[in-house]
Formats: sequence, C-alpha cells, structure tokens
Amino acid sequence: MIITAQKPFPEIIESLKNYKKIFIVGCAACATKCQTGGEEAVKKMAEQLVGLGKEVTGYLVLDTPCDARIVKKDLSKSEKAKQSDAILVLACGGGVQAISNVTDFRAIPALNPQFLGTIERIGIYNEFCSMCGDCMLALTGGICPVTRCAKSLVNGPCGGSVEGKCEVDPDRDCAWALIFEKLKKQGRSGDILKIDRSPKKFSKPKRIDNTKKL
Amino acid sequence: MTMLGDKLRSGKFVVTAELFPPKGVEVADLLRRADIIGPLMDAINITDNQRASMRLGSLAISRLLKEKGYEPILQMTCRDRNRLALQSDLLSAYVLGIENVLILSGDHNQIGEYKDAKAVYDLDPVQLLKAARGLETGVDMAGKKLKGSPKFCLGAVVNPTASPIELQIIMMEKKINAGAEFFQTQPVFDVKAYSEFSDKIDGLNTRVLPGVILIKSVEFIKFLMSMPGVNIPENIVKRMEGSADPLKEGIKICAETITELKKFSDGVHIMAIGMEEYIPEILSKVNG
Repeated sequence: MIITAQKPFPEIIESLKNYKKIFIVGCAACATKCQTGGEEAVKKMAEQLVGLGKEVTGYLVLDTPCDARIVKKDLSKSEKAKQSDAILVLACGGGVQAISNVTDFRAIPALNPQFLGTIERIGIYNEFCSMCGDCMLALTGGICPVTRCAKSLVNGPCGGSVEGKCEVDPDRDCAWALIFEKLKKQGRSGDILKIDRSPKKFSKPKRIDNTKKL
Repeated sequence: MTMLGDKLRSGKFVVTAELFPPKGVEVADLLRRADIIGPLMDAINITDNQRASMRLGSLAISRLLKEKGYEPILQMTCRDRNRLALQSDLLSAYVLGIENVLILSGDHNQIGEYKDAKAVYDLDPVQLLKAARGLETGVDMAGKKLKGSPKFCLGAVVNPTASPIELQIIMMEKKINAGAEFFQTQPVFDVKAYSEFSDKIDGLNTRVLPGVILIKSVEFIKFLMSMPGVNIPENIVKRMEGSADPLKEGIKICAETITELKKFSDGVHIMAIGMEEYIPEILSKVNG
C-alpha cells in the first residue's frame, strides 16, 4: 500500500491561505491504514482548520480517491464540495490528481507520499518494493535488491557491507547479505553467481491501457 | 597496452598508490605529492569524488599525471553518472591517453556531503565493466557503432575483510567474467587473514593488489573505522595507542604489512590518505 505522511501543518495552511471554505476528502484505503487519511485524521484536520478560522463545509472519506470512477460518483456531485473554495485531500498524489482530473475543484494535498510500503505493524512500514517494473524476486529469495540495497545493485553486493549491515546505515541490513543467507538456507547460495542482470529499463510505461488490446 | 597492464601480466610485484583530487582548483600540492611517489609507483589511482564528497574530477587529474609521465588509474564510480555519461567519460579517458580504469560502485552519497542528492547507480560495476568491454568491440550499450574504439586495462574492487566472504568471491568471479583484469582491495591489516582469502581465490585467473593504509595517528583510526568496509584489528589499535611516536609506528606497521604481503601477493595498493610524502620511507623499510 501507499505510505503517506502528513505535510507540516504550516505548509498546509500556506496552500490554503487564499481559500476560506474548505471541503476535506479522506481515503478509506491506504491512508486509513497508515492513519493519515481515515475518518479520524479527517476529523482532526477539520478541527485544526476551524481553529484557524477556516470554514469546513464538510468531509467525505472516499473508498479509493485514486479511482476516478469513485471520485465522479461520490465527490463530483457533492453540493458541499461544489460550494467550497478548495478541497483538501488526505490521500496520496494519485488521489489528489484523480480529483483534479475529473472535477473542477481545486485539490490541495495534505499528505506527502513516501513509498509503496509493507506493514510490519501499525506505525512501522518498510519499503520493500519500488515498483521497478521488472521483478527479480524469483532469483533473490524474495528479497529485493533494487529496493533494499542502497545502491540498487542487481548483480551482487558492493564492498561496503560490514557484518551484514549497509555502509549507509549500520542499522540497515545489507540486502545482498540477506539474499545470501536466504538462498543458503534454501541450499542454493551458489545461484547468486548465475544472476546476470542487464542494465535496468527505466522506460516503463506511465499509462497502461488494456482496453486497446481487445 | 598500458605499462600497468604489461606489468600485471608479467607476474611481477605491482605497486600502486592513490591520490585524492582537491576540493577546488589548486592542484600544485597534489602534483608535488605525485612527484614524490610517481617514480616509485607502477601506477597511481585518482579517486572519483571519494567518500561522496564533491572534488575536482578524476579525469582531469589523471590527464595531468599522464602529462608528467606517470601512469594514472582513473577511478570511475557508478554513483554519479548514468550509462550515457559513463560511456562518454570512458571514451574521453581513452582519447586523453588514460586506459587504466578502476570501476567501482562508489561510497553512497548518504555518507558524504550530499545526502539529499539523487544516487544514480544506473549501472552496477558488473554492467559497467561489460559496457567498457563492449566499447572496445566498437559498439556502445545502445548497440550503435563507434567511430574508432578504445582499449582499456580494467580493474575492479573487492573487500577481503567483508563477511560473508563467499559473497565477495562470487562478486570477484562476476567482475572477472565481465572483464576485470585486476583488483584492488580495501585496506588489509591482518596479513594471515588476507592470505587465507588469497588461497580461496587461487582458482580465479586475476591479479589482486591488496590495499595497505598508513595510519598516521590514534585519532585517524576512528576516521578509518568510519570508512565503508574498513576493519582495524585490536592489536594494531593497541600498538598505535601505546606508541610515543604514532606516525613512526604507523609507517612501521605499513612497511611490515607490505613486507609480509610481498611474500605471496601480486602487489600492493598503498593508501596514504594525504600523507604520500611518507611513502618513500615506507617502501625503504620494506624487506624482501
């Protein structure tokens, strides 16, 4: 899921300085899971804005604000939203842009998207996948070097790892040490020698249209 | 063919050292140090934004050394340039007469002066070695034909003190397969441990120049320990701490290490980190 963090409050206020009537949109999916855009976060934001003299016209926690169909169905017809000067969106950039794309509302982001995260427990999220478009997990024991090696080295480690820790941060595991241990446990550590990855293709698509295939 | 390449192939003991380009444009001091060590070295590495700090470029300094008659080894990291820039710089190096290239991933910028910079790592060292060998065949990574092709003596790095060591050896093999002719290593202090490593890589057809470092002071140990992949054994720390003249002791340790390595290694790579004027003294104390 998409991990988000709330923007510093002064930045949110700055973005809203020209607007009096604010409608707030939350996200019932990712942003609810990481407690940045669910019902609770939306209500807290409303209180803070009212405390600063803004008029909060209403709020809506959309199932998935990143889905244009949901935005059209649930938000675009909202009278309260229509009467507002701006929509403050507690969702990722996908959500903010879906709203901008399909409505004439002024969508203002309240969150900073961080990464595609794996939840360890509430409040602890790890970036394990960077959506590189060319998954090599089958070769690496289910541990992604593209994301978890600081240098994204796909053919094996650098020389900077000490006791299985990364040169960038002694608390961070060296991805290749993890891969080696995992494959060793599976009796195939020698397979690392066979990993021969070509330079990555960074030209992955910005748009997928499966309807055209039909 | 480079002199370094010839000497490596001859099987003779090869001695290299390294110089750090300055932060700024005053090169006089670096060239003075090059003059001190140049005549004693088979080649001199010029680092590439070492420790991820922004410096005068390795290519420019390599050329200045070449003009003085010394043999440079251009260090090229994968950290700062994408595949276009790396290949372009390889061609540039060749036309400037620089054919020895040491390819490495490069200290991550998060441990340097530019923590928020975009770390590039578009290619990894294995891929860059292959790309360089590809240029030699007259084709670039896009499959386009070159007008005239370069020729390189390519090196790579290995950390003989890293664990698990099997992983480092696998990487050596990959780098050899990708085109590395020689290796330079992170500093070695424990010669016995290095000799065990050396035995393990006996079957690999390559030449390895283990790194040796001049420890100039007790405080310097702390700095060295902060460098990626550097481990200094307790007995060396104790010798430095117990010495009335730590620099003299450091020179002695360095010379002793080279003396021991000379018995079985392919050469040494001396890292004096700004104290290059002591390299002649270190070498004069090496026996054998």
